[in-house]
Amino acid sequence: MSAITRPPSDSRLRRSPDIGQAPVGSDAEIRLAEIWESLPGWKGWLSTVDHKVIGLRYIVTAFVFLLIGGMEALIMRLQLAGPNLTLLTPEQYNQLFTMHGVTMIFLYALPILSGFSNYLWPLMLGSRDMTFPRLNALSYWIFLFAGIFMYASFPLGQAPNAGWFNYVPYSGPIYNTGPNIDVFALGMVLLGVSTTVGSVNFVVTLFKMRAPGMTINRVPILVWGTLTASVANLLVIPSVSLAFFLLWLDRQVGTHFFDVANGGKPLLWQHLFWIFGHPWVYAIVLPAMGIVSDALPTFCRRPLVGYAWVALATMATMLVGFEVWIHHMFATGLPAVALSIFGAASFVISIPSAVAVFAWIATIWLGTPVFKTPFLFFAGFVILFVIGGLSGVMTAAVPLDWQLNETYFIVAHLHYVLLGINVFPVVGGIYYWFPKFTGRMMDEKIGKWSFWVMFIGFNAGFFPMHLAGLLGMPRRIYTYSSRMGWDTVNLITSIGSFVFAIGVLIFLVNVAVSLRRGTRAGSNPWDAATLEWSVPSPPPAYNFAVIPHIASRHPLWEDRLNEGEGTGQSSLEKGYLLMEGRETIGTSPIDATPEIILKMPGDSATPFFVGLFLSLAFAGMLLHWWSFTGLMILSCIIALMVWMWPEKALAQRSPTDSSREAHV
Amino acid sequence: MEQRFHPRIAPENMGQSLSVLRPAAALALALPSPVNAAQAAEAPLNYFMRSYGPASEPTMYLGWVLAGLSVIIMLIISLLLIVALLRNRPSMDMRMIGPESGGLRWIYIGTGISTFILFGLVIYSLLVLDAVAKPPSTPAITVTVTGYDWWWRIEYEHDDPEQTVTTANELHIPVGEPVLIRLKSADVIHAFWVPTLAGKTQMIPGLINQQWIQADSPGIYAGQCAQFCGAGHARMSLEVVAESAEDFERWRNAQRRPVSSPFRPGSTGEFGQRLFMDRCGGCHAVRGTDAAGRHAPDLTHLNSRRWLAAGLLLNTPEDLMNWIVNAQRLKPGSRMPSIALSETEKSALSTYLSTLD
Amino acid sequence: MSEARQLLDQPLPVGSEGKLAGGWWGIVALIVTEGSLFGYLLFSYFYLSSQAERHWPPEGLPSLLLPSINTAILIASSVFVWASEYCLARKRKRGSVVMMLVAIVLGALFVGIQLKEWSSKTYGMTSDLYGSLYFTITGFHMLHVVIGLVILLLLLAWISFRYFDEKRHAAITIGGIYWHFVDVVWLFVFTTLYLFPYM
Repeated sequence: MSAITRPPSDSRLRRSPDIGQAPVGSDAEIRLAEIWESLPGWKGWLSTVDHKVIGLRYIVTAFVFLLIGGMEALIMRLQLAGPNLTLLTPEQYNQLFTMHGVTMIFLYALPILSGFSNYLWPLMLGSRDMTFPRLNALSYWIFLFAGIFMYASFPLGQAPNAGWFNYVPYSGPIYNTGPNIDVFALGMVLLGVSTTVGSVNFVVTLFKMRAPGMTINRVPILVWGTLTASVANLLVIPSVSLAFFLLWLDRQVGTHFFDVANGGKPLLWQHLFWIFGHPWVYAIVLPAMGIVSDALPTFCRRPLVGYAWVALATMATMLVGFEVWIHHMFATGLPAVALSIFGAASFVISIPSAVAVFAWIATIWLGTPVFKTPFLFFAGFVILFVIGGLSGVMTAAVPLDWQLNETYFIVAHLHYVLLGINVFPVVGGIYYWFPKFTGRMMDEKIGKWSFWVMFIGFNAGFFPMHLAGLLGMPRRIYTYSSRMGWDTVNLITSIGSFVFAIGVLIFLVNVAVSLRRGTRAGSNPWDAATLEWSVPSPPPAYNFAVIPHIASRHPLWEDRLNEGEGTGQSSLEKGYLLMEGRETIGTSPIDATPEIILKMPGDSATPFFVGLFLSLAFAGMLLHWWSFTGLMILSCIIALMVWMWPEKALAQRSPTDSSREAHV
Repeated sequence: MEQRFHPRIAPENMGQSLSVLRPAAALALALPSPVNAAQAAEAPLNYFMRSYGPASEPTMYLGWVLAGLSVIIMLIISLLLIVALLRNRPSMDMRMIGPESGGLRWIYIGTGISTFILFGLVIYSLLVLDAVAKPPSTPAITVTVTGYDWWWRIEYEHDDPEQTVTTANELHIPVGEPVLIRLKSADVIHAFWVPTLAGKTQMIPGLINQQWIQADSPGIYAGQCAQFCGAGHARMSLEVVAESAEDFERWRNAQRRPVSSPFRPGSTGEFGQRLFMDRCGGCHAVRGTDAAGRHAPDLTHLNSRRWLAAGLLLNTPEDLMNWIVNAQRLKPGSRMPSIALSETEKSALSTYLSTLD
Repeated sequence: MSEARQLLDQPLPVGSEGKLAGGWWGIVALIVTEGSLFGYLLFSYFYLSSQAERHWPPEGLPSLLLPSINTAILIASSVFVWASEYCLARKRKRGSVVMMLVAIVLGALFVGIQLKEWSSKTYGMTSDLYGSLYFTITGFHMLHVVIGLVILLLLLAWISFRYFDEKRHAAITIGGIYWHFVDVVWLFVFTTLYLFPYM
């Protein structure tokens, strides 16, 4: 290893970074570990900004929400298993389906993907953390608090009850008088803050934090997926946050945005909601598709077919996705000309999806499949993706959508999309990266069981929903009469959903067993190609002892690929040794040439407190404790000032000013 | 009565060229279990296999084409995937990595064919949209349907207000001609949906939407609220009764007639009428009496209707009384209160209501 | 490896330097999302006003004099923030402090005049749809001005503490961009609420 040289005098503002190696156990490596590791105990727990810790917290929390949402679904499936059942009252059913949707769509689907991306991005990009580690912590804490907030009224029997898209005027002050909708509205604004700061972090991280040499055409597809989703979030989250805030004003202050009697328009809600809602649907599948695009090739023993096409398709999906929100509003009486334009655009959006499907199939076809559990989930996902995509195409046809819309056909479609394209890759992704997360492999035998039970249960549960929809069953009905002819399909669906739940349970058992008894994994148990597999499992706090230099898209396969984007010679053991405090390298947005040595902030509890005060401010708004709200906002501002105070150690201040600070 | 509810045989004038698709569509619907196909035939809202008018028929064929294509594409992709997974490969050292290039032809061909099919579908769906968006001729009859929590007010307007017909939950139309439906809402968003006749349209407060329906053969066609509107959403159905022009006129004339009060003072019927005026007339209307409420269904010709409470109960005297006494249990959250009545009051009210035909 | 060597041997700036700082990128991303928020606010305004059944605005055309002066004041404030950074980059720390102080005074003046404008309205937030829109949109903007002023005050304090010099003042750049954004957004709000009704 290289000696730690004393920097020249102006080195606090400009220096040539040392180049060298820092193998495990060397002085440099030990020093790095000291610099980057969090304090032990609850202080460290509260103040850590390590993206790996935050990523895992995201994954675990989102998964807990998945289980809660799943249990809500099972109760509903009991109620719907036969005609005229009375297990639930209509009001209970309405709260359950609303919370099921809210939980799955807002508290599970994106947060779990944020978890993966938080954990994986810096490791895949060859960086030591995200650009804004503290913002990352803030994003998690607010997500957690917003989730708790939205469930706060559930035990009181006053949970949100107007469906996850919460149409006015049913959700307005006249027809929904309890706290139900206020909890939802404020919770969504709060959650929007979390998603927004998370998205800012992803976008900036992609443009600033890639290892030298990792040009824009060498980043993994998961990164493309999350980037696209994050850009979309920045553009559309304000729409839904605004909608919910205006609704809250209507309900609590007495404004008239949606108040029909005073010129307000219920359709404004639908526009604002779906301008957000449609891109959001893509935001919660594109990163999951990225998981498959990155992990599937590992089990096919060849790189993904058509990398550039798949990356472009990812972005094209979102570009078109911004234009098609009207396709949730075909039945609102808009003029046929407008509908035909949006209908056509909705057909077009499936072209990029076709690109991805054929890329995956070609990768399997041309590769040599290795039938490990993650691979089963990814291969199964391809079928579910195709079914969900095709049923989506059917709803793009305006006249047919006038029939399908608001029936169980849509319920089937969105579950194929959300479970098929999100949950299957996520569970597959957990099987795949579990050794990286924990250092242990998951059990293969239980794993295969979990896949087959989940796959069969899923299709048995959700395919018949298509038929229920075609037989005219509207969604969101708490019961039905046996003369409608929906008994059999509903019974099959209910049975299938329980089989699926058993599959999830098997998976959880596998996690529990493997955490204790899984065989030890090396740094690269699947012989995969991407950077996260070049570091030990689990990775050390500093991720990379030296900042790698990347010369190809498949840095770990370079010795064995003899053509294409795998023939460079990346340097993984030797590179920048940055260890004057928490440091990593900042590179240029396209070519990833080194531009700057970035000083990363240390652990801090301010994100926790900012999140806490902000959440309490929202709680105060809910309870009309206005002075409490004011106090909390003030505390929040003070905490933010502490957070933002320029630090000399981070070279945010002039190094020549009078007060001398000790070097970290 | 129940006889009329049985599934109808599809009209004969179905396009010959498209009818070859019918078996394929039936297959698609029956895929996982043959039980469903049998059941499908009985589902009154089954728009996928049944259409009884020009506003829904082209859509039904579109559904078959799309569903058929989807099934075919699904099978092809599954086949490709299965072959890709299981095809024989020379045994290979797992340390070997295949080359990155190659395979792009898969994307070009696959996406090319998909694009071609999608382009065709865009054109086809626009043609269907054009066909069902507007009626072939200007409708002579306009009906205003207003959604309420959780029932439907149905009004046949007339220049002379005396001639206006108001009823609830049962929409009569003459067979073989388009009828314009004006859609309003009195409270929250509902959606008017009689699937075997036409697709759904939202009923949005502050806005008047329109759609048209036409039934080509006489019969009863089930409808259902298709936009979540609260606790009673599941219990908000309606029926469209299509009948010959003469039957329709006869029905309309009968509905126009206000009731006369034939009750002898001191009779049970007269007691029932007074009860009604006291307890029900604030919300319900009976034309020709003092009851003129507009918050609830017009009951002038209550007994001409097949169902009570928007399709919840068959309209029999027993169920009617059951509904009056137990409305909140039968339809929680409804605007109709459960009304406490003594046995005498019950029989008096029953007697009075039985005269509303 | 030769490519790698080339990349590796140059001296690099350390920490938060101008547009290379993460914070600069962060504020740009934040402005994109905040800009969208105002976009949706104005979309809501146009959506609702285009369907208004009564004349719009219901209380007649707004008076332009005071708001126009106020607009000029806000723009001037932006110029002074820019000047403050300019002075700092030219090692004129005292000038920088003065400029920032003027910017803050102008910003506070804007808030004061806007409050007077609010109190002169005959309608309130809940009196009709127009009132709801007017006060919500200008209220959102006011909130941003207040946040902006807090940021400027912090910057003022930090400059006076001599935290920054000509080489290192990313915080001024970053906070300044936010203030410019708040001012540019006002031009859109002003055009929509005050000029548009005259068209």
